[in-house]
Amino acid sequence: MNELPQQLVNGLLLGSMYGLVAIGYTMVYGIVQLINFAHGEIFMTGGFGALSVWLILPGGTTMWVALPLMIIGAVLVATTVAIGAERFAYRPLRGGPRLAPLITAIGLSLALQQAVWAWYPEAKSARTFPQLSGGPFHIGNVTIQTGDVFLLIAAPVCMAVLAYFVNRTRTGRGMQATAQDPDTAKLMGVNTDRIIVIAFALGAVFAAVGAVAYGLKYGIVDYKMGFLLGLKAFTAAVLGGIGNIYGAMIGGLVLGTAETMATAYINHIPGMQQLGGQSWADVWAFVLLILVLLFRPQGLLGERVADRA
Amino acid sequence: MTALLEVEDLRIAYGKIEAVKGISFKVEAGEVVTLIGTNGAGKTTTLRTISGLLKPVGGQIKFNGRSLRKVPAHQIVSLGLAHSPEGRHIFPRMTIEDNLLLGAFLRNDREGIAKDVQRAYDLFPILGERRRQAAGTLSGGEQQMLAMGRALMSQPKLLMLDEPSMGLSPIMMQKIMATIAELKAQGTTILLVEQNAQAALSLADHGHVMEIGKVVLSGSGQDLLHDESVRKAYLGED
Repeated sequence: MNELPQQLVNGLLLGSMYGLVAIGYTMVYGIVQLINFAHGEIFMTGGFGALSVWLILPGGTTMWVALPLMIIGAVLVATTVAIGAERFAYRPLRGGPRLAPLITAIGLSLALQQAVWAWYPEAKSARTFPQLSGGPFHIGNVTIQTGDVFLLIAAPVCMAVLAYFVNRTRTGRGMQATAQDPDTAKLMGVNTDRIIVIAFALGAVFAAVGAVAYGLKYGIVDYKMGFLLGLKAFTAAVLGGIGNIYGAMIGGLVLGTAETMATAYINHIPGMQQLGGQSWADVWAFVLLILVLLFRPQGLLGERVADRA
Repeated sequence: MTALLEVEDLRIAYGKIEAVKGISFKVEAGEVVTLIGTNGAGKTTTLRTISGLLKPVGGQIKFNGRSLRKVPAHQIVSLGLAHSPEGRHIFPRMTIEDNLLLGAFLRNDREGIAKDVQRAYDLFPILGERRRQAAGTLSGGEQQMLAMGRALMSQPKLLMLDEPSMGLSPIMMQKIMATIAELKAQGTTILLVEQNAQAALSLADHGHVMEIGKVVLSGSGQDLLHDESVRKAYLGED
């Protein structure tokens, strides 16, 4: 069992990537009660945005120079796609039946996947993502892969920025007000249409950072990468309590850890030998989702439904 | 001189059902004007339309001489029109202080805002004592105080209060009404919607009685208070 600390770190790193993407689901849901199922694809376009910057840069550019530019590229592409989706796919349906935006989201998700598949150069199979050099790093008997160092720094920074934004800035306060009572927020002078756009954009920023982390961690980006990761991140958001931004991060960490632990240890349980290994990882993640929905549907940090009224 | 608020032949419909069927009234600066009437008379609908949350199907609303027809809801408050909605609608998961700060959402004068937060705490000491508490934990009467304090934070030229006494204990109701009297004494212009006609008319300079979408009777607060039909219909006397 002396690999336990290593597994724990692996789980938390994976989980913080889920958390980064989960923020986008939870923020948009908190403001407009819409599950933006295209968010996984917004994440994916961020990955290709970062890759494009790398391809444009002259050969031999070091990652220290390239990485910040790639993050900017990822953020620009993902927020553009998210704002475009809000403006042209979701806004026209606002006030309509709840099912309409949901179906639109699924359609949009397929359209984005196919667009990248069809038009991005050589994207019909996975494309190699540039890697950081140096490392891996050893702390005691825990090893942190070079690609994961980015996550280790970016996830806490993103969370701190988000907490500051939501609690300490005027726009953040307007965002909370809109989530709790949109009509009354308007009476206070909050431009709720603008707040909705900001929620989509901000979710996309964190998804873009998550996509860069994904590329660095796995060494590839691919037009399908948003599907499973999007589902996991959505699971994380539900797990933490959808609508709660801290819940999204905590849900991500719990999900990543549970998935990693189950993958590593469940085959040590007598009679469950054949359930171990990476191929079962996704199963455990979604088993956790089902358990949460059964026993704590409001999520770990979920709000009591009563004070939504 | 034109009135601060002029409502002219205002018509509002929900789908095909006309809820307000052409009402007109004015609020002069410094006055307290009240709209009274039973449930469903269209009082709340009228206030929500003045605030831009609902769009009228006809008529005019002029504030400070300016038509509000094309002004979106979120810009109304910046013109000097604050609305404390029916049912209080405080932001339950934010602190009392953050609720007050939202009332000053469009203001940029930090010092003035801090001063006005203090003023709200002076007006309602209980809010000051609990400033870091989530607003949802307050009692109904305290939430009403917060809603009024929040509306005042925009330094409005006209304060619209929708059913401030609704659902409150008699003691709390008295407190709220005393506060409205105090605001009036300080020169605040108020448009007050109330089901408690007795309390509202005693405070008001002018009153309008609404029945199913129409103003059926208008007069000074005192005249209406002594009007026989009003006494019968709204003050529970035979």
